Amino acid sequence: MDFDFTSDQEMLRKSVAEFLKKECPYERVKEIEDTEEGYDPKLWKKMARLEWMGIYFPEEYGGFEDPLMNLCLIMEEMGKMAYVSPYFSTVVQCGILVMEGGNKKQKKDILSKIIKGKLIMALARYEEDASHDPSFIQMPATVSGDGYTLNGTKLFVGDANIADKIIVAARTDKGVTLFLVDAKAEGITIKKRKSIAKDNTCDVILNNVTVSKDDMLGKPGQGEALLNSMTQKATVAKVAEMIGGCEAAILMTAEYAKGRVQYKTPIAAFQAIQHFMSDMKLGYDSCLNFYYKVAWMVDEGVECSKDISALKGRMNEVYNFIGDRGVQIHGGIGTTREFNIALFFRRAKAFEFMMGDSDYHYEKVAEALGM
Amino acid sequence: MDFKLTKEEQELKEYYEDFFREAIKKAPAIFSHGGGFEAIYSDDEGFAFHQKMAKIMGEKGMLSLPWPKELGGADASIMHQLIFNEAREVSRCPGFDFIGCGMFAPSLLVFANDDQKARLLPPIAKGEVQYCQGWSEPDAGSDLASLQTAAVRDGDEWIINGQKVWTTAAHRSDCMFILVRTDPNSSGSRGLSVFHLDMKTPGIEVRPLYYMNGSHVYNEVFLKDVRVLHKDLIGDEGSGWQVTMATMNFERSGMGFFSTGRKVMERIIQYVKTTKRNGKLLSENAAIRKEIGKIYAGLEAGTMMAFRVGCTQASGDMMAAASVASESKVFGTEFSKHIFDFATKVLGLYGMIEEGDATSLLNVVEEYQSAPGLTIAGGSNEVQRCIISWMAPLNMPRWKLMDPAALKR
Ligand SMILES: Cc1cc2nc3c(=O)[nH]c(=O)nc-3n(C[C@H](O)[C@H](O)[C@H](O)COP(=O)(O)OP(=O)(O)OC[C@H]3O[C@@H](n4cnc5c(N)ncnc54)[C@H](O)[C@@H]3O)c2cc1C
Repeated sequence: MDFDFTSDQEMLRKSVAEFLKKECPYERVKEIEDTEEGYDPKLWKKMARLEWMGIYFPEEYGGFEDPLMNLCLIMEEMGKMAYVSPYFSTVVQCGILVMEGGNKKQKKDILSKIIKGKLIMALARYEEDASHDPSFIQMPATVSGDGYTLNGTKLFVGDANIADKIIVAARTDKGVTLFLVDAKAEGITIKKRKSIAKDNTCDVILNNVTVSKDDMLGKPGQGEALLNSMTQKATVAKVAEMIGGCEAAILMTAEYAKGRVQYKTPIAAFQAIQHFMSDMKLGYDSCLNFYYKVAWMVDEGVECSKDISALKGRMNEVYNFIGDRGVQIHGGIGTTREFNIALFFRRAKAFEFMMGDSDYHYEKVAEALGM
Repeated sequence: MDFKLTKEEQELKEYYEDFFREAIKKAPAIFSHGGGFEAIYSDDEGFAFHQKMAKIMGEKGMLSLPWPKELGGADASIMHQLIFNEAREVSRCPGFDFIGCGMFAPSLLVFANDDQKARLLPPIAKGEVQYCQGWSEPDAGSDLASLQTAAVRDGDEWIINGQKVWTTAAHRSDCMFILVRTDPNSSGSRGLSVFHLDMKTPGIEVRPLYYMNGSHVYNEVFLKDVRVLHKDLIGDEGSGWQVTMATMNFERSGMGFFSTGRKVMERIIQYVKTTKRNGKLLSENAAIRKEIGKIYAGLEAGTMMAFRVGCTQASGDMMAAASVASESKVFGTEFSKHIFDFATKVLGLYGMIEEGDATSLLNVVEEYQSAPGLTIAGGSNEVQRCIISWMAPLNMPRWKLMDPAALKR
């Protein structure tokens, strides 16, 4: 058993960390949060030049075919800096869907553009009932002429407002099917919602939107399987981002506690504070080592859906605990926009629901244990 | 990053799992109630089985795995020890004296002289001797280094006077390794020494310290003019603190808490799948399903944390290992408490019955009661939390001390 990274992985981590620290400190993150686009197009281009986009994609399409672990390292570093960009929606969710479900032409076309930073994508899967399980997707895709017509409302769609293309999950007579839709296509209305993470969470309303057969991703009825397979990897990647957030929140809070003096004593010397800090660290470590193992299992091709669910279920609780204690230890100043700890408090809540909340995941574990 | 067991490790795992699975089948009935300290030390039949298993395991070299080959050990890697301990704890098979094999042997390997090694190690390895640990005193609990039991030199001998408390298994033990103050002018962790003590030495009186449920596992040990030979001083005079802290090359990941927990989880799942309450199978209860999911997650997370301790230890980074080991102890003991508490809740009214057929699948009431000891013994979880916060990467300052007299004024 070996918990160490290769020197290449260490270098990757370091370069991502240095770039984000220099180019997008927390002050800048908050500025970006307040913009309508919710991302920095210049940084997006630079990220592409640094070759972050193609890390997990096949060489054939210009990628590097690195393990998921390497993509997770990038996500961890983004999590530490509370970085905002369409990386998760474009590269992780849609990129993996195209990689696993697309035909040669689609892969060549889409993956190469993503890799160059020339295409932003969004995944429209959730509907009004907010079910995470794709088998509950209801929106109809009806056959019309040579293609399909899509009608309905998709919710909680990350980055739809800046996307060039949207992958829409809809139901044909064969079951859930994925479609590649031009974000500017006629009949599409996109509304950005205010969210706790101040990210690009959008409603996407489709009104008689027509798509041709060629824009189907995978086969009719293959949508559920594709979504499930992608979701496994994307869940681990989201956990990586959460782990990064936890680490940053813990260190930031420890530093603050050592500097803040009350009763002529650094508050870090008070046991109540020490015990919260050690509980935060303990929660973090319990997820960290488990997450490494799960990422490794995915890369080894070992069946691990039960463990992915267990990990996300626990990660949700730990990140929210750390966010909450982090703010508490900062005292009043921790609740302000000016201080950075609340960046993590807010993200912890949003990420709790992304890729499944704890109720959903623990139920899956119970099922897998034969209950 | 690699989490595969090597072929050799996989074989060891299967070997130990098979061994313990078979061995525990022959255990007396009391072990079906979990097999904690109570089964081993409070029950004659239970203790006889423990001793029998100790001899069998001794013959197979299982009690001295980490020891160097020239002293009869197997030079087993940390991973090997982890695999052994995991299999043993999952089965809850007795026979491994965690005090003699787990705590005293490491000190002997580092600090004993050749004569002591030759005299004291073989009986431990063969499973012929039961040890108890004489550290805590009525006024020296968490602050162990404040202990007062004293040894005074008298020619070739030392004379010990004082009292130890909480001494697990003292009434079953052949020997004690005792920490005493040999420099009367010293305070704190200086001036302490460790002796090897035969429990039959005149002047030793063992009194039961009954646990809350009335079982006899723990003891008070009174020492009045107890004479011990100078050749039984382990390490240099005054080096007692270092001697007691020696854990070199011994696995201390806390894996056992998670292995035990896994076993309990399996029993709970079996129970809820076969038990109806209010007309419905318990396994259909959403709250129970959620809790099982959560417990599985905690156990997997804890197991990986324990492996992390082991791997960090093996890498030689002892400070980092110590920090994660403290986390693993806190997490593991509190998680154990939580699982046992959940198990009693699953049992409903049966959760207050200590024995009986109806609960035989899930008799956890004894373990529920022993669980609070876990978070106190071995360095209380409050103290562990302070230690975690003092170490990297948190590096928080130590707290200020206060004169107790100030409260009394
Ligand atoms: C089941 C069991 C088995 C044991 N077996 C043995 C044995 O075989 N041999 C042996 O020598 N000893 C044994 N012990 C004793 C054990 O080591 C002590 O109980 C332990 O060190 C705690 O000491 P104490 O009980 O005196 O509690 P105290 O030290 O008095 O602590 C009381 C409370 O105060 C808290 N506290 C103490 N100091 C601090 C601090 N600095 N900061 C915050 N909180 C603090 C503790 O966490 C605890 O909650 C055993 C104990 C138990 C419960």
